Amino acid sequence: MKMKKWPFVYVGIITVITYIPILLTVIYSFNASKLSSVWEGFSLKWYAELFRDRDMREALVNSLILAVLSCILAVFIGTAGALGMHRKKNPVNDLIAGVSMIPIMIPEIILGMVFLSVFSFMGLPFGMITLVIAHTTFCVPYIFSMVKARLVGMDKSLEEAALDLGASPVRVFWDVTLPQIIPAILSGVMLAFAMSFDDVVISIFVTGPTVNTLPVKIYTKMKTGVTPEINALATLMLLTTVVLLVGAAVVGRSGKKQKA
Amino acid sequence: MRSAVKKGKSNWLLLLPMYIFTILFVALPILYMFLLSFLSRAEVWGVDFTFTLENYKRILEPLYLGTFAESLKLAFLSTGLIVLIGYPYGYFMAKMNAVWKKRMMLLIMIPFLTSALIRLYGWIIVFRSNGVLDKILMGLHITDKPLKLLYSYPAVVVGMVYSLLPFMILAVYSSAEKLDFSLVEASRDLGASSLKAFWTISLPLTLPGLLSGIVLTFIPSMGLFFIADILGGNKIVLVGSVIHEQLTKGRNQPFAAALSAVLMILTSLMIRLYKKLTGSAELEGLM
Repeated sequence: MKMKKWPFVYVGIITVITYIPILLTVIYSFNASKLSSVWEGFSLKWYAELFRDRDMREALVNSLILAVLSCILAVFIGTAGALGMHRKKNPVNDLIAGVSMIPIMIPEIILGMVFLSVFSFMGLPFGMITLVIAHTTFCVPYIFSMVKARLVGMDKSLEEAALDLGASPVRVFWDVTLPQIIPAILSGVMLAFAMSFDDVVISIFVTGPTVNTLPVKIYTKMKTGVTPEINALATLMLLTTVVLLVGAAVVGRSGKKQKA
Repeated sequence: MRSAVKKGKSNWLLLLPMYIFTILFVALPILYMFLLSFLSRAEVWGVDFTFTLENYKRILEPLYLGTFAESLKLAFLSTGLIVLIGYPYGYFMAKMNAVWKKRMMLLIMIPFLTSALIRLYGWIIVFRSNGVLDKILMGLHITDKPLKLLYSYPAVVVGMVYSLLPFMILAVYSSAEKLDFSLVEASRDLGASSLKAFWTISLPLTLPGLLSGIVLTFIPSMGLFFIADILGGNKIVLVGSVIHEQLTKGRNQPFAAALSAVLMILTSLMIRLYKKLTGSAELEGLM
């Protein structure tokens, strides 16, 4: 079918508009002036300031630890759950699967509210533990549903053949099932990691006085006023995302070539 | 059938973590929230375990009812704009060739995965008094003084639309991708106008994606208090902002729970409606 030009133009214009604020942030991160209304020449001083900021570095490390721990837990819980539910269907499983999806269906603020009240009721000290529990609840659905979708599309006869040929169930899992679901786990992890690393709303409620995550730190900075340091941070974060996404695309492409 | 017996045993081990975790940290906490919404605040700190309907009565006060109305208004407005912008975007994207599809996907995912806050930050630069937008408009002699757009209602709407647009695009895209465009072509060959072909074929077939996009943008837009906070100053008060305030400054957990409970009921009604309309249990494009 011959395509008209204007749909491309439309998509192009919207895409450009969505990138304007991002590009401005990048440009102003190199601005020597503290005010974003004036340009005083190229400078790297906000990057230097960012690297000197110990609070910011601590917050970054906290956010990374939090996202990694939540993802590891979610991979175990979600993958095992999807495998177990795939083998045997029953209404209780469906109910649990449905409930486990609630954290990503409801507005984040409800989840934050729920955890704040429950953790204070339980008397848990607010900090890394409460953060990990809260984040794991919304990481599980991403991994669970990705793996579940993959299992539905998977050829069962491979597993059966391996079992018939005398492989132990553990061996079948490692050699047959796991290689097939790894891509689903990885794409689930990518989403879950991004969501955890980016979360402000839930973290604000469950973080303790001594533990700051990066988004919470950025949020408080943005509320108190504008600091060009945030521009520099935004640019670095953007760069990281680009590198990771392009890297994933390249790896995916070479993976496909190998298969073909 | 030896392996089948083994399977049954190991199955429990696989399911156990998911069962325990979901019951302990999702189901029970949510039930606790509903319980909490019928309790009252203790004199000094914490919760008083006596039954009351006071929290729900309080929501019916004009102040809080107005907040709900304001949140719903903003959610409707943002979602409407997102449909208008995002639906054609996702639809056109599905018509592109494989190479461009991948490129566009990358362009959408980069800001989407970076950080919601950081993306909002760029708009502060645009909207700030004497900021980029003011400079351009004054430079073109469209206005002669700064518009003071930051901390205004339009700024919050832009922030909402900007933050949630990718959800709509991805939902519509995943639905339009499955659409067989030869159907559209056939109807065109048979003499249907392009508008008629869209109305009778493309739209009904991409409706699940569109509806899913609406759910995925409408629901979060009621809770994203930080957008109203950052781009709206403290002028625009949404349900999310009230819940946040009641928990932090107000220290009134039961009232915050009642507000959350109402918000949650509204949310589940929307999802119900979606399921009824599409007959599908899962939201398109969520993953």
